Amino acid sequence: MPDQTIKELVVISGKGGTGKTSVVASFAALAQNAVLADCDVDAADLHLVLGPKIVTRTDFSGGKLARIKPELCTACGKCRQLCRFDAISGGDNNGDKCVIDPIACEGCGVCAWFCPAGAIEFAPAVNGEWFISQTRCGPMVHAKLGIAQENSGKLVSTVRREARAIAQERQLDLLLVDGSPGIGCPVIASITGADAVLIVAEPTLSGLHDLERVADVARHFGVAGMVCVNKWDLNPDIASRIEQEAPQRGLTLAGRVRYDPVVTEAQIRGLSVVEHTREGCALDIRQVWARVLEGLRAGTDHK
Amino acid sequence: MKIAVSSGKGGTGKTTVATNLAITASEQGIRTAYLDCDVEEPNGFLFLKPDIAESRQVNVSVPRVDLDKCVGCGQCGRICQYSAIVSMNKQVLVFDELCHGCGGCMLVCKAGAITESFIPTGRLDLGRSSQIECVQGLLDIGRAMSPPVIRAVKDAAPDAELLIIDSPPGTSCPVIESVRGADLVLLVTEPTPFGLNDLKLAVDMVNALKLPLAVVINRSDIGNDETRMFCHNQNIDILCEIPFDRRVAEAYSRGVPACRALSEQGRVYADLLKKIMSRGGANA
Repeated sequence: MPDQTIKELVVISGKGGTGKTSVVASFAALAQNAVLADCDVDAADLHLVLGPKIVTRTDFSGGKLARIKPELCTACGKCRQLCRFDAISGGDNNGDKCVIDPIACEGCGVCAWFCPAGAIEFAPAVNGEWFISQTRCGPMVHAKLGIAQENSGKLVSTVRREARAIAQERQLDLLLVDGSPGIGCPVIASITGADAVLIVAEPTLSGLHDLERVADVARHFGVAGMVCVNKWDLNPDIASRIEQEAPQRGLTLAGRVRYDPVVTEAQIRGLSVVEHTREGCALDIRQVWARVLEGLRAGTDHK
Repeated sequence: MKIAVSSGKGGTGKTTVATNLAITASEQGIRTAYLDCDVEEPNGFLFLKPDIAESRQVNVSVPRVDLDKCVGCGQCGRICQYSAIVSMNKQVLVFDELCHGCGGCMLVCKAGAITESFIPTGRLDLGRSSQIECVQGLLDIGRAMSPPVIRAVKDAAPDAELLIIDSPPGTSCPVIESVRGADLVLLVTEPTPFGLNDLKLAVDMVNALKLPLAVVINRSDIGNDETRMFCHNQNIDILCEIPFDRRVAEAYSRGVPACRALSEQGRVYADLLKKIMSRGGANA
């Protein structure tokens, strides 16, 4: 099956703002045969650099939402008593009809199931939208979670699945995934089953702490991990400490990238760093990319 | 007064602003509490360094099935929207990591075969840093859902005149859980294309929650003017602009709060605090 030759790299960070998206955009420009996927669905930025032309757009429904039909509600308050998410008000002794706060609603459907008056509608909710696009660096799948919506993990899984389908169809052998910060649901949905993660770390105590936690998550889900230290020269001591401790966390080293104001300049021009310049941190990123490709090959050969 | 410090984009300086505000307020004699609701990656304690007086486990509710009582009706699997409980021929499987704890399966089981059990999902640390009461939450490695831990942090909030909530980045459930109920959401951004894009998403989210908001522009001398224009056009107050200072970045990297590292930073946060407190007065 062609599927087995596709390699999937997810760029994550634990801590936000360490430079994930800038790194992914440069990788996208350097890679050949890659499908790009932006899995940071609640604050996606990769499209700002890659300028995708949207080819298809599809509504995403990750779950259902409950809504009271006021004409049927008897204000008995049963739903409010059963809701564990404090999403329902009304139905008290004042005779006020029940109201569901759609933002607090977890979509469990308990209220609709038990409403004695059958006054609660429980229907699929549109939680966002996902797109297949064309960029100068190849096809890209990305998404936008609706305002104050849930189910970002399911939307992440959708983006990855569609990106893989495109890779199979067009015989492209690399999936390059921009992940989200943190260690919770969208991150877990981004990395499970991937060939490797690259963790972009910054040389600060916060960065070190957050790297340790996200590296543990990668290990917990059995995904091979690499680390690169971005803006390493802001604190060379902590940069060295990150590199020394990496093996204990099961991480291999992918190199260092210096602090360089050109990163912001490139962003403003709508270019990746390596397209914007051939000097400074662009040199570092090219070296990291070479090591990541090596690591990806070595890592998957073990399987 | 409850202030939530949030942002769409990560790494814009939420924890820097939240911890410096907490220190500044407490040094002015305001009874201050700091809650780190970024339970996936909490960092505030690296700066405040509180003495931890107590740690508590945070549990979430999951169903447990007594197969001797189960009649195989399958109702539990039907009500569950998360595929966390699956019933096939009197075999019932429970997937704890998918359970949202809604309690539906227990309510629907007529045979009384399902009882509520609790499993750990995280930890709370409570402590004090000079005069600041501090609480942080930590989601256990491998657990997907942070909102229960965030709720636990907020439930443990000490009584204070000024409560500062350090939120996770983004715009989805964990952020909403953190900022809900705040008197003011302070959105920290940087004036770059990424910062602005994510600020717009965060503004939409805060507006959907109908909460008052204001903006802090960090590293205000990088990037371009579009963030200021956006705030101006949307009538959003920019409470302060903090220029990039490599000395601040280096102090941050060692876990030293900016207001302690540089006296001019102390004045920045004193000024910001004054603006925040005067808004609180206006709302009250």
